[in-house]
Amino acid sequence: MAKKQMVRVRVNGRERQAEVEPRLLLVHFIREVLQLTGTHIGCDTSHCGACTVLLNGKTVKSCTVFAVQADGGELFTVEGLIKDGQLHPLQEGFKEEHGLQCGFCTPGMLMSCFSLLEHNPNPSEEDIRWGISGNLCRCTGYQNIVRAVQFAAGKLSHEKKAQGALK
Amino acid sequence: MIPPSFEYFQPSTIPEAIALLEEYGDEAKILSGGQSLIPMLKLRLARPAYLIDINRIAGLSYIKEDGGFLKIGGLTREGELEASPLIAAKYPIILDTTRVIADPQVRNLATVGGNLAHGDPANDHPATMLALGAQIVATGPRGARTIRIEDFFLSLFSTALEPGEILTEIRIPIPPPRSGGSYFKLERKVGDFATAAVAAQVTVDDKGAVQNVGVGLTNVGPKPLKAGKAEALLRGKKVDAALLPQAAQLAADEAQPSSDLRGPAEYKKALVKELAKRALSRALERARS
Repeated sequence: MAKKQMVRVRVNGRERQAEVEPRLLLVHFIREVLQLTGTHIGCDTSHCGACTVLLNGKTVKSCTVFAVQADGGELFTVEGLIKDGQLHPLQEGFKEEHGLQCGFCTPGMLMSCFSLLEHNPNPSEEDIRWGISGNLCRCTGYQNIVRAVQFAAGKLSHEKKAQGALK
Repeated sequence: MIPPSFEYFQPSTIPEAIALLEEYGDEAKILSGGQSLIPMLKLRLARPAYLIDINRIAGLSYIKEDGGFLKIGGLTREGELEASPLIAAKYPIILDTTRVIADPQVRNLATVGGNLAHGDPANDHPATMLALGAQIVATGPRGARTIRIEDFFLSLFSTALEPGEILTEIRIPIPPPRSGGSYFKLERKVGDFATAAVAAQVTVDDKGAVQNVGVGLTNVGPKPLKAGKAEALLRGKKVDAALLPQAAQLAADEAQPSSDLRGPAEYKKALVKELAKRALSRALERARS
């Protein structure tokens, strides 16, 4: 067995560390070492996107990255979306617009959509479909996921305006 | 799936990485974006005893024009190419290519250097780089050398890189005025390898005749192919409705596809012809505008 290496990461704003074998995949690190099981393992072959998380601000498929590569970095997982017990507008959108059925793809889908809205707060339908092109959903046919993202984009821009008015 | 056990190194300089490559030879593998290598490790198609992760080496990621070349650092991510204003403005063929590689998450990690150094004829950049007449900069124990892209791909998964060398830069001659290029790919679904794809880059003279042309083919042979006969036919001529299908037919003749899950060989040849027509037309359109 190869010698273990220390991995230090900031996960959803909290410092975590553990000694791991270099071959440990990031998704196993997240689920089994950090015990954050919101991130799912789907195909395990970097196709489906269920394991999508943000690593240093960018979406990656955590089944295709080693945990040691994340050392010193920042991770954002689906558990980080909720704030003060309030669902993120994206989570609310998925609930309101029925953006999921079985829910297996949802954590990865949420992370891709989160990243999309960060870069493009007012995406067109095509932008949304492009943004989730690395995430497979076998239930919804994507229609309601697109609506969920539109819902969230609307709510986020409304919140931003309200904040602007307060200032 | 759990990859086999390996020892892991994170060198912070190129000489350090090269020293590790020299020490461990065949048993070592470079980890760049990892989007081909890690799946291969998980499937146990590759079992290197040592992984040399070059992701912490500073200064290997850039996109710039310098000394008559577009220079792309070996560690530049596909996502960075996709977001680059320089690429969007001046190298639409590269933007076409990077946008159809895998999916957004994979493009955030996958590197241009890795796409080429992997030597997979199904990868997309090789055909584009063949069309552009690129050069590969390989850095090894005796310093850096450049390799013409035509000499780079040897056979399936095999390139002209020596065991101690790292692909550190891709150099593309800055195209003269009245140049344009494009990449057309047919894939069964997002993230799939090409059933076939064609890259075309052309420069026309002030009378509209083809001055220079490069045509590259993806996933229709044991290695990425350059459609030299199609190029020769077009050179010096004005491309009209009669000449274009002839050139496309030559490209199809030069393809050596094999029948597989993505379709029979005859279908792929027909596809190369159609994609070559579209890629050349778009390239010419862009060259003239």
